Amino acid sequence: MLTALLTLGILAALIGLILGYAAIRFRVESDPIVDQIDALLPQTQCGQCTFPGCRPYAEAIAAGEADINQCPPGGESTIQALADLLGRDPKPLNPEHGAHAEKSVAIIHEELCIGCTLCIQACPVDAILGAPKQMHTVIAAECTGCKLCVAPCPVECIDMVPVLQTTGNWIWPLPVVDSLVPGAGKLAGGAHG
Amino acid sequence: MNPGSDTTPVREDIIDPRDQLHRFHGGLVLPGHREAVASRPVQAAGIPPRLVLPLKQHIGEAAECLVRPGDRVSKGQMIAAPRGAISMPVHASSSGTVIAVEARPVPHPSGLMAPCIVIETDGRDEWGQASAPLADYREVPVGRLLERIRESGIVGLGGAGFPTQVKLAHRSPDGIDLLVINGVECEPYICCDDRLMRERTGEVLEGVRILQHILKPRHCIIAIEDHMPEAEAAMRAAVGAAAAGNLRVVRVPEIYPTGGERQLIKVLTGREVPSQGFPADIGIICQNVGTAAAVYQAVVHNRPLVSRLVTVTGAGVREPRNLELLLGTSFRHAVETCGGYSSEVDRLLMGGPMMGFAVTTDEVPVIKTTNCILAVTREEMPPSGDLLPCIRCGKCTAVCPADLLPQQLYWHARSGNLDAAQDYNLFDCIECGCCATVCPSHIPLVQYYRHAKAEIWTQEKQKKAADIARRRHEARIARLERVRQERSGRLAERKKSLSGPADQATDAKQAVIQAALERVRKKKEEAGQAPKNMDNLTPEQERLIREIDARRSQKDPPTEH
Ligand code: SF4
Ligand code: SF4
Ligand code: SF4
Repeated sequence: MLTALLTLGILAALIGLILGYAAIRFRVESDPIVDQIDALLPQTQCGQCTFPGCRPYAEAIAAGEADINQCPPGGESTIQALADLLGRDPKPLNPEHGAHAEKSVAIIHEELCIGCTLCIQACPVDAILGAPKQMHTVIAAECTGCKLCVAPCPVECIDMVPVLQTTGNWIWPLPVVDSLVPGAGKLAGGAHG
Repeated sequence: MNPGSDTTPVREDIIDPRDQLHRFHGGLVLPGHREAVASRPVQAAGIPPRLVLPLKQHIGEAAECLVRPGDRVSKGQMIAAPRGAISMPVHASSSGTVIAVEARPVPHPSGLMAPCIVIETDGRDEWGQASAPLADYREVPVGRLLERIRESGIVGLGGAGFPTQVKLAHRSPDGIDLLVINGVECEPYICCDDRLMRERTGEVLEGVRILQHILKPRHCIIAIEDHMPEAEAAMRAAVGAAAAGNLRVVRVPEIYPTGGERQLIKVLTGREVPSQGFPADIGIICQNVGTAAAVYQAVVHNRPLVSRLVTVTGAGVREPRNLELLLGTSFRHAVETCGGYSSEVDRLLMGGPMMGFAVTTDEVPVIKTTNCILAVTREEMPPSGDLLPCIRCGKCTAVCPADLLPQQLYWHARSGNLDAAQDYNLFDCIECGCCATVCPSHIPLVQYYRHAKAEIWTQEKQKKAADIARRRHEARIARLERVRQERSGRLAERKKSLSGPADQATDAKQAVIQAALERVRKKKEEAGQAPKNMDNLTPEQERLIREIDARRSQKDPPTEH
């Protein structure tokens, strides 16, 4: 009995020591709060929050210089996530920064494009391909829908179009009452568990 | 159950030599609705005038179209090439002319359209020149066989449609203990695998041998549910005749969903596939009997997957039966081949009554994963009763074959608490529909799970896209900074040597833009916006034009009501 207690006691002390040492020896720099906030932002890089991109906004939030409801592309879900992270109350999106809209992508009407490269300079994620005096085009998969390229275009040949619903991005809707969903319907004849 | 067989890797124990079977949790005994259909032989449905072949017929990437309208295609010609690892080619299922590559209705629960290749058939059904059939597959390296299976566009024909060669290439480090050939076909109404095993026993068996050759499993079991004694007898006779070795036929009891991969493995071996893992993780691979037959066609005859057996049934069809249908044949053509709709038809489903989904039009084509076309009447599948609140009766939990807590999943999916739903192993749900079938409150539970799963996938996709955007943005900032430094360095050098007007360049650029603007304006005018019929106007008309111009310049969008 005594030996058992003793062994266990020594073991506990030993493990405690090892753990304590490991905690000091292998300490990782704790994830700075800015990274955590930035991870929740949609990375549209549109500047509607009044900051030049998502990370500067994250820094401002962390420093207490900006509120959590300034990002229209993120909308309610981002505000909720930020509120959860920072332990604050969620609040509605500040309309001064714009309204939440479904994501769209930029399309360049290539027959009108004069190849001035102004849109390339505006794109925060380098999603526009082209060279001086060459027709430009948008890499749709990389476009964040920030709209920043629309205004600079001198010939107004860039349009924002909503992302189409396809069988690939379609989501099963939540059921509506009285839905005729297979699997939810009963087989005539009844089932015996 | 043999205690310890779950943990100790004693390979010989994976199956009981006396075929001692196990039970999975829950499940239902359902009325089969198969007898009449299963007793009729398979009929070929012929060549429809049009074939519509979706570029995406299963999970994974859509294939890339290789043909253009006007192109002639022969039967079996690859008309769309795979794009990415989990992507499969599409082949012309008969000879004819491509008349369109466009969005068409496809069998998908969304009812949306998707890109398809439309072929007008010429009725000759001519195969293209195939490369020489493999003399003897045993002489061919396994990698080449897998390549052939991929080139032939073979996906799991039991329902899920996972690319077959991907599954075959997924090995556990210790090799494969058990290859299960799934002939269970547990969902009511469906009996195409039953007919396949009866009528094309030899093809199935040869396919199994090829799969055995590829995987070299220690054991191989052909599992057949006990509602198809003829199929079982046929397979047993063939296996017995061909000196079976480690290949056996095992009869499993009829409980829905024994045909589910995890459930069948549990029944045969007593083992559980780890949560969110693959059967291969525990040394087991499952293949459907239809897939085995398709592998035979591909490897031995060099024929890609261009047709499949489909059960066309339900009280909404006059003469329900199993058909051999070319991929791309419309559901309507299939139903017409079976005598057309009966007058009371209510809904059309792809798949069985438990796991299938309703389609909105019978124009949709048969695809690789179409195992059943089910036209039901209101009487045989009445709409579920009034939705009532969950009374926590626990019936759903009792029947769940994945051993989940459907009621908890439902609460979390409904309230959008997706993390919690995942903690309750949402992704182990096989969407069998048992829970919804027994729920006394008529809650469409499965749809909640499907919604929650799709929502989680979407969020993951968005997160990935955001990560890419972040990286690209950071790369851009770094690039701009580098350019700025380089430029200021150069500038400093140049300043030393000469000093001149710096903004000439920008002036020149402005001029170019101005000129371009002018060109575009002219072009727009030429394109039809220039005023016409402006000669010989009366003073009254001139006054009107002036007024209109004035109004226009005040208000840009000229939409007045
Ligand atoms: S508004 Fe949102 S998406 Fe746009 S830059 Fe600010 S944080 Fe990023
Ligand atoms: S069967 Fe229906 S009512 Fe009963 S606990 Fe499950 S969800 Fe609730
Ligand atoms: S649908 Fe999912 S939760 Fe419901 S019984 Fe089947 S596996 Fe279980």
